[in-house]
Amino acid sequence: MNADQARSDWPLFEVFLRSKRGLNHVHVGSLHAADARMALHHARDLYTRRNEGVSIWVVAAADITASSPDEKDPFFAPSGDKVYRHPTFYDIPDSVPHI
Amino acid sequence: MGFDTAYEAIAQESGDQRWAFGTGFADPLAGVDTSVPDGVAGADLAAYCLMIGDDALIMSHRLQEWLARAPELEEETALANIALDLLGQARLLLARAGHADGSGRDEDDYALRRSEPEFRNVTLAEVTDADFGGLIARLLVFSTWRLALLDRLRSARDPVLAAVAAKGVKEVTYHRDYAAQWLLRLAGGTEYSRGRMVAGLAAVAPLTAELFTCTDTERRLIAGQVAAEPASLRAEFDAVITNVLDLAGLAWPDSPALPEAAGRGGAHTEAMGDLLAELQSVARACPGATW
Repeated sequence: MNADQARSDWPLFEVFLRSKRGLNHVHVGSLHAADARMALHHARDLYTRRNEGVSIWVVAAADITASSPDEKDPFFAPSGDKVYRHPTFYDIPDSVPHI
Repeated sequence: MGFDTAYEAIAQESGDQRWAFGTGFADPLAGVDTSVPDGVAGADLAAYCLMIGDDALIMSHRLQEWLARAPELEEETALANIALDLLGQARLLLARAGHADGSGRDEDDYALRRSEPEFRNVTLAEVTDADFGGLIARLLVFSTWRLALLDRLRSARDPVLAAVAAKGVKEVTYHRDYAAQWLLRLAGGTEYSRGRMVAGLAAVAPLTAELFTCTDTERRLIAGQVAAEPASLRAEFDAVITNVLDLAGLAWPDSPALPEAAGRGGAHTEAMGDLLAELQSVARACPGATW
């Protein structure tokens, strides 16, 4: 088995890391591994060298469904001009202490 | 409200703005009393620190030799991390030796200016690996033994040794896990990988008996509750190795101990000469240089 064939057997995994002071896992990069357990170890070796995080999630890149750049306009542009969807649009009268 | 989102209000960031996610460093020897404990000879403590420090230094060097030869990029980073962990332990232990025997020699003096008979590492650390399977077998044996040793040393009477052992336990736990995972993968892979793994174990088995022999220095330190009795590590070592090999469907090779394996006394194999030539050549060529 030559090197290219061997590498194609190792699928791509996306790595998400949560820092000690964070609430959410943030995407930090990707790596190749034979399976999910090995991907976790590789993520520990590659992405936590500088005390970046305390929790690792790895997801096979094939399992991720992403929006395509072609759909950018219909998906995201309509929300740009609807100011009434922001809470700050509405004035709360001073006589209403809590809402 | 002073924050754009609720998340910011809850997760207050500290002043470490330079790092993407990292939150600063912790010195493992912060606030540790560095005086030599009573009833323990400084020379003995220094000799013991040199023994376990040299194990880490030489093993680290052999791991570093894998850095452009590892099978995958991720394995290369993993081996580099393991080598750096061991080098960090070696630095602290060699510095402790210089402080304990009163000579004031620093870690560079010990690592780069000692001659071959003055090194006290076990033969297991200095042999070369035939291939990745050989490396994994050697790393598993070394890490299992070292973890058992450092675990005992966490309760040593010398505070510095105990602090280094506490830091080392967390590191070597990962090294042992890494080697065990790879042993299982290689043994459960193809016929070829299994054969290489078996050959790796066969190369390492004769060097294992030396890990559990006791020197006179260690006997005196065990009496002073600073060192760990090597023979007492055997039970844990056997239990872990048997567990991993059973899962892999392999057996520990039945081979006699190598009588030439006497590194603790300063008698080293031919491989050590090449290793020290590479490690020390620059320092010896430019004496007194700093970099």
